[in-house]
This record gives sequence, structure tokens and C-alpha cells, in this order.
Amino acid sequence: MKFAIQVNEGPYQHQASDTAFQFAKAAIENGHEIMRVFFYHDGVNNASSFTLPPQDDRHVVNNWASLDIKDADGNPELVVCVAAALRRGMLDESEATKNSIEGNNLHPAFRISGLGQLIEAGIQSDRLVVFGD
Amino acid sequence: MLHTVNKSSFERNSLQSCVNIIDDTSVILFIEDGVINAANNSKSSMIADLAAQGRVFALQGDVEARGISSKLADNIKLVDYAGFVDLVVEHGTAVSWV
Repeated sequence: MKFAIQVNEGPYQHQASDTAFQFAKAAIENGHEIMRVFFYHDGVNNASSFTLPPQDDRHVVNNWASLDIKDADGNPELVVCVAAALRRGMLDESEATKNSIEGNNLHPAFRISGLGQLIEAGIQSDRLVVFGD
Repeated sequence: MLHTVNKSSFERNSLQSCVNIIDDTSVILFIEDGVINAANNSKSSMIADLAAQGRVFALQGDVEARGISSKLADNIKLVDYAGFVDLVVEHGTAVSWV
């Protein structure tokens, strides 16, 4: 079955992103497809490449990256809402350049896009499951 | 339909809202702090009938993390994450009470 997941909370703040990750992992292990994970609101913080938890703690960002969720052309399907990302200082190279800001922090396993990607995920998947606080 | 509840009834009214509108074929899954609702406590009567019909589930890892495995209310069914996935597959639309 084809799943889409929406994550509304940041890592290490609330259990939502951990639950969402464990759900996604279990779905993949049981032969299902995760066609997209959409990170909305504070959920965009799951995509920061600057995340450095202590060595004995789980690495939420790398956990998401390890799921290797991509489309048929190899583009990441861990999708970060652009408006939510920019207002929280989550930038990829293109947004940083466009806004004359030095440095960028979007992990390469993720991509920035718009809310239309959430609607599309809801239409194209068999199930959309929301995780938040 | 599958209704997931992730808050304790001692914190929010989401479980009561869910129980008020749930139809005859839907099931409830407690996750995160929602598993407090699976413990035998002063609010357990809210879900007793649904549980007796086998329609109330709780995520085992979250139950164990909160130390309430030995205090569960009657007829609560425990599932792991794979069981969570199965519930979503089986029951169609998943509603998240957050």
C-alpha cells in the first residue's frame, strides 16, 4: 500500500517525529511504500543538517535520511514546506543564494517545496497519516 | 476509520471528543501520552464499552515507556509499530486527534 506521512513537530521537542519515523520504518519493513513525507510547521526542523545530538542519543535527521525515500527519478520525497522553512531559518543552497544569505542547512536527503506537495500526496497515496502535538 | 489519540484525558479533551463522534465500525489507537488512557483510572469508563467490543488499541512501546503495562484497563489490545501500520491499512482513513 502507498502511504504519505505529515509531520508537524520538530525533533527532540515532542515525540511526534519519533513516532512518525518508527511508523514509516515499520511500513517499509512490511512491504509498503512511503511515497512522501511532508514536514510542516515546526516539523521543518527535522531537516536541519546542523543537527548534532550527543553520540548516545538517536539522530532524528539521519534516521529520516536513512529511510532513503525518493521518487522514481531519485529526487528526495522528504519534502519541507517552503514558507514554514524560510521563516524558521531552514534554507537550501538555492534559497540562500536567492536571499543573499551565507550558508545553508537543508540536509541533502530532503527538498524544499510548496503546500501543493501535501495535497498531491493526499490524492496519490492510499493513506495519509498525520503526526503532531 | 482509525482514530489515533496522543494526549492523556487528564491533559486534553481529545479522547472525549473522539468517543462522542466515533461510528460503530471505527477503532481507537492510543499513542504517545495517549496511552495513559489505556491505564485503569478514574476516566476508564469512557472507553470501557468500546474496549469490550475489541475496538481499543494501545502502542506497546509507549505503554512500556510509561510503566503502565501492569495497570491496563480491561480489553485493551497492545500493538507494535507494525500493528499500527496494519490498523491504518485495515481501517482506511486515519484521523489524528492532536
